[in-house]
Amino acid sequence: MTKRTTTAVAIGLGLVTLSACGSSDSAGAGDSKTVTLVSHDSWAVSKSVLEDFEKQSGYKVRVLKDGDAGQAVNKAILTKDNPQGDVFFGVDNTLLSRALDNGLFQSYEAKGSDQIVQQYRIDQDRHRVTPIDSGDICVNYDKAYFSKHKLAPPASFDDLIKPAYKNLLVTENAATSSPGLGFLLGTAARYGDDGWPDYWKKLKANGVKVVDGWEQAYNDEFSGSAGGKKAKADRPLVVSYASSPPAEVIYADPKPKTAPTGVASGTCFRQVEYAGLLSNAKNTKGGKALLDFLIGVKFQDDMPLNMFVYPVRTAAHVPEEFVKFGPQAKDPETLAPAKIADNRDQWVKSWTSLVLK
Amino acid sequence: MGLMALPVAFFAVFFAYPVTAIVTRGLKIDGAWRFGRIGEVLAQSDIRHVLWFTTWQALASTALTLLIALPGAYVFARFDFRGKQVLRAVVTVPFVLPTVVVGTAFLALVGRGGLLDQLWGVRLDTTVWAILLAHVFFNYAVVVRTVGGLWSQLDPRQEEAARMLGASRFAAWRKVTLPALSPAVAAAALMVFLFTFTSFGVVQILGGPTFSTLEVEIYRQTSEIFDLATAAVLTIVQFVAVGAILAVHAWTVRRRETALRLVAPEVTVRRPRGAGQWALLGGVLASILVLLVLPLGVLVQRSLDAPGGYGFAYYRALTSADSGIFLVAPIAAIGNSLEYALAATAIAVVIGGLAAAALTLPQSRLRPTGGTSMTGRLVRGFDALLMLPLGVSAVTVGFGFLIALDEPPLDLRSSWILVPLAQALVGVPFVVRTMLPVLRAVDGRLREAAAVLGASPWRVWREVDLPMVRRALLIAAGFAFAVSLGEFGATVFIARPDNPTLPVAVARLLGRAGDLNYGQAMALSTILMVVCAAALLLLERIRTDRTGEF
Repeated sequence: MTKRTTTAVAIGLGLVTLSACGSSDSAGAGDSKTVTLVSHDSWAVSKSVLEDFEKQSGYKVRVLKDGDAGQAVNKAILTKDNPQGDVFFGVDNTLLSRALDNGLFQSYEAKGSDQIVQQYRIDQDRHRVTPIDSGDICVNYDKAYFSKHKLAPPASFDDLIKPAYKNLLVTENAATSSPGLGFLLGTAARYGDDGWPDYWKKLKANGVKVVDGWEQAYNDEFSGSAGGKKAKADRPLVVSYASSPPAEVIYADPKPKTAPTGVASGTCFRQVEYAGLLSNAKNTKGGKALLDFLIGVKFQDDMPLNMFVYPVRTAAHVPEEFVKFGPQAKDPETLAPAKIADNRDQWVKSWTSLVLK
Repeated sequence: MGLMALPVAFFAVFFAYPVTAIVTRGLKIDGAWRFGRIGEVLAQSDIRHVLWFTTWQALASTALTLLIALPGAYVFARFDFRGKQVLRAVVTVPFVLPTVVVGTAFLALVGRGGLLDQLWGVRLDTTVWAILLAHVFFNYAVVVRTVGGLWSQLDPRQEEAARMLGASRFAAWRKVTLPALSPAVAAAALMVFLFTFTSFGVVQILGGPTFSTLEVEIYRQTSEIFDLATAAVLTIVQFVAVGAILAVHAWTVRRRETALRLVAPEVTVRRPRGAGQWALLGGVLASILVLLVLPLGVLVQRSLDAPGGYGFAYYRALTSADSGIFLVAPIAAIGNSLEYALAATAIAVVIGGLAAAALTLPQSRLRPTGGTSMTGRLVRGFDALLMLPLGVSAVTVGFGFLIALDEPPLDLRSSWILVPLAQALVGVPFVVRTMLPVLRAVDGRLREAAAVLGASPWRVWREVDLPMVRRALLIAAGFAFAVSLGEFGATVFIARPDNPTLPVAVARLLGRAGDLNYGQAMALSTILMVVCAAALLLLERIRTDRTGEF
């Protein structure tokens, strides 16, 4: 390079760098007064609750949303030596082992951990993760369709393979969508390692439709959703969440007296989301305070209506709409994270060749 | 060569370095290269199936797009009709809109209860036909603008002369117009092939889980399965393929710049005459209406279709910050989008403008000797290189940013500048392609004369080049702006919750259950569409007399 070229490069890069550093936010990234939360797209909180924490703790909270749940975890693992923030929120039981095996988190027992429902507590000897919320992945049904056809909505996995429900169910690709994967895991938990492929063969014979993501399944294919009604969708059964019916009530104007959709309570798989202090966090003190806040009563009370999940703290308040329209399943399917980690890739592979090909 | 320094540095730091970093991470395990992985991955039958599907759907999409859009290019080039400017802006809207916005609406055409379903009971959703038609929808404008731009400037008297000399109408067209037009057709076909070869959103949303292109597979391997080695191999494969496409493209573009007798487009257009021409115009308008306007119209219709009857309820809801998803009212996304797009446009125009200027200068200097020296070849290689970001997956670039730009002075991972930088990567190729033909058309002797008379290079540029390229520069800026507005793939990786862009806000709203969320997503999509259309309409007003590529 000639001298002039070198100068031009230097000036150009200098300009870009300067403009980058000039932004107020990036300048604050490393200081001890800012604590950074890395999460996925579904993260949400009421402004007042977050401001309350900032006032009391003296930390300013910066939030980075890093794509969908899987993407966010992968990015966190990729950057673990030089993480983007201090606390990561949003790794669920289906991905937990990947995060722990890669050394994503360091130990910290959050204040109030003893107030968390016993069954969600794991990793008790090392406290690398803290459960924050739980939710159920369940088949939702379109009430109008079933009352119009004088048909009882399905109640269990077994019902879904009955001739009465032929060509009614739409689900998501288990390889790319977290509800899709949850539904597959639910069937694996229900029918066992050897039994689930047979169940899916029957489900396929009964006309299950698979689309790539939740948005397409719920908004385009499911006849009970707002989008589905406009699109004249023709599938009255969809794999979604137990909290989707309350959302249909809360995000409606005017609010209906009852939810237009319901939950098939025997088709649920429980998801638990965890948060943890990132291994090389720059502001560990702030990160610890933030973790305490996430399982504090204030945040736990605020969370359901923002993220449409259930609190894990025993004393936390569950909104009325949730109790009425989308109660948590009494006896959901569950799988230990280690079991999921051992089988997940193989199951998804078999599922793909069984159902998609 | 000094002019090239900044663009080269920009692409080195914000493109080559991050992409290399992520590919290296995938292929280098414990300090040792694992090139064996390349063979292993390519030996897998499902990967080979993906490669095969990617190629043939791109070929089929390109053929179908040409078939449907070439008559459109002719009509736009040669006919004068009411509302032409508006229509040309409208057909370009899909090209700059993110798939996440229109994928859903496109289902209203090919899905259940859609137009095809109602007319003939045909449902194409989750078939390859939905993918092909959506590719026509997105790329129609590429053909109309690239081919139509040149077509409108071909002197029709040449064809008339041939007919006077006894050639049949078809023979005259085949011998005179077609050869002049073919490089432009080839260039357009290659661009459509490039865009469809790297198709992501269309295949994901409309194709269902059974169809997968290389780009979709790279996304799955990186984002979901976290198999970086496989993703790295696929990135390399795509890189090589796109490189080859661009090499051919650069070659056709050069052929296109052979001397053609061009005239001002105003001279060649006229009102359609006779039943045949009116029928052609009607047919083209009908195809545009069905394939392009209808899906866009569905967005508007759904944004107004509120529970209490048609009205602006969803638009009003956009101004409330109640739902905690953004911490701001969704309407604020408009401001964010405009700010980001302006910054991205500024970067793209500076980088792209310098690159285009650098690409022009040596050629004019070399012209007397024939211009195939080392420098000439280097310059052409550079030309193709600038287009590469269009063919590399956003997820690769996004993940690359994360691990490459993570240390001061370049720890940009959480800086707002990352969004415009990523958008500018996509905008630069458009600036270069728009500026280049215009700059090349500037007679090099004018510059030499100015220089001989003692003008400094800066003064030569200001006095000779700038006045001639000002309009092209505006068009380039406008296109970069519209493309930045609609950019989704890279932005979604880095946009922050308190300042989402329009496409990001739409995607997040669509990700939640509930009537209001869906309605707001439709309303925001409509706003994005209107803003894009307005920007494009403004461009129509300042079209240059020399054609650009877009």
